Amino acid sequence: MQKSMTYSTPAVPRPHRQRPALTAALPFLLPVAVVLLWQLGSSLGWLSSSVLPSPWAVVKDGVTLTLSGELPKNLSISLYRATVGLLIGGGLGLFLGFINGTSRICRLLLDSSIQMIRNIPHLALIPLIILWLGINESAKISLVAIGTMFPVYINTLNGIRSVDPDLLEMGRSYNLSRHDLFKKIIFPAALPQILVGIRYALGVMWTTLIVAETLSASSGIGYMATNAEDYVDMETVVLCIVIYAILGKVSDLVAKGFEALLLDWQTTKRSEAA
Amino acid sequence: MTQVPEITIHQVAKRYQTLTALTGVDLTIFPGEFVALVGMSGGGKSTLLRLIADLEQPTSGQILFDHQSREAAAPVIRVMFQEDRLLPWMTVLENLSFKSTDAKTKAAAVQLLALVELSDYADAYPGQLSGGQKQRVALARALMSHPQILLLDEPLGALDALTRRKMQDLILSICRQQQLTTILVTHDVTEAARMANRIVVMKDHTNLAEFPGPRNPHDARAVGTVAEDALQVILHETPTQTAQELSSVS
Ligand SMILES: Nc1ncnc2c1ncn2[C@@H]1O[C@H](COP(=O)(O)OP(=O)(O)OP(=O)(O)O)[C@@H](O)[C@H]1O
Ligand SMILES: [Mg+2]
Repeated sequence: MQKSMTYSTPAVPRPHRQRPALTAALPFLLPVAVVLLWQLGSSLGWLSSSVLPSPWAVVKDGVTLTLSGELPKNLSISLYRATVGLLIGGGLGLFLGFINGTSRICRLLLDSSIQMIRNIPHLALIPLIILWLGINESAKISLVAIGTMFPVYINTLNGIRSVDPDLLEMGRSYNLSRHDLFKKIIFPAALPQILVGIRYALGVMWTTLIVAETLSASSGIGYMATNAEDYVDMETVVLCIVIYAILGKVSDLVAKGFEALLLDWQTTKRSEAA
Repeated sequence: MTQVPEITIHQVAKRYQTLTALTGVDLTIFPGEFVALVGMSGGGKSTLLRLIADLEQPTSGQILFDHQSREAAAPVIRVMFQEDRLLPWMTVLENLSFKSTDAKTKAAAVQLLALVELSDYADAYPGQLSGGQKQRVALARALMSHPQILLLDEPLGALDALTRRKMQDLILSICRQQQLTTILVTHDVTEAARMANRIVVMKDHTNLAEFPGPRNPHDARAVGTVAEDALQVILHETPTQTAQELSSVS
């Protein structure tokens, strides 16, 4: 997980020739088939409900918990922790990446220390953080912040450090100010890599939060799952897992949306020229 | 626009560690002149251009503008690089104005795009353009702040013969019309002979020889003669050295 933090930047999609409706439906084929098979297996009694409850039972459980207000409450507290943690961690990662990417002094001063701390798995800090901060909100938010800071930091630094020096030379020889060099060349050049870091951080964000909520919380989706486990409430356990999958997918889609919006110049190709 | 300055290159040398890229370069370039630098690869042409552009500092010697230092004369110099060096995240028009919000800058950009016949592509991204179109954008960008001195480092190297010929004519007409001092680095002696008032042969890390351009640049035979002369100097002036190099290889 640590080693693959810097992905290559997203590739430009190739134009495909299939019919659009079919192409749009294709990614859904497998999940829908799995759910149908699962439901079939449960209905025919191949799958005992003590091993795996049927999808329909899980949906019913979800509706009940939504109507009782339990699910919305836990979901919103988890979303709150995730968002605040990501904003703090991502913000710090961006800031450190920017100053270390643009100033040699800062980089020499800070980078090796940050790299050292990065190598500690942040989940190993859970006992320490609980001892320091107890099991209140700040503990969970801090953990998410620590977890999300590093991928954003590393990709921001990497993005800034690998800006084409030829473009920088051009900017300087065309008399751009330091501020303009950053705003018009360095930042846009680093942006694809920064977004890769943020997308990676989103994954870390959910994992961290789930672990933290499972180990020490009195609310949140992770707590809901642990609590259900105590009562051998299979439906709710599976529901929580499904919710994680959906949350992960939604944050990925949001990140992709940002990429498409901010990197439109990457996807506009010659075929669309005026 | 202020008067275009005369460029005096005085005993300029440039060394990279132990490697000598240039030594004893003495050259005066007059206002409005179109000079071509030709020579073998590795001969120091780009280095000389980069020194004039202030992208690098000479190891010794000096470069003066109207007999003044660069700081005092503050010449407006623009480089058109071998690669287009356009910013892929900005549209063609933004590449000229650097996203300036100033109305005058924008108007100038629109005007220059028309000059290089790319008005239709103002809102396209560089990724949507052909190689020749990109070089035209780069040329327009170089002209944006009314340069007095235009430095061209093999800007046409990657273009096909036809596009190349058209670009040569475009550059020539613009440089004449705006009375810029232009220094063009090229491998192509015929290109040099067609375009330049003066052809300077760079060899053995210095400006070894020079030729006046043909009196009539439209006379293909005259162009050919000048090009052939330049080529002979580049190839044969020091045949013994080449022979030595060959024998030391075997
Ligand atoms: N930044 C640098 N560091 C070290 N050596 C360099 C550097 N720039 C140029 N040189 C060396 O200086 C010499 C002259 O290079 P230069 O680029 O000026 O040649 P050129 O005449 O432009 O060649 P070409 O026609 O291939 O572009 C070469 O031997 C090159 O290796
Ligand atoms: Mg060169």
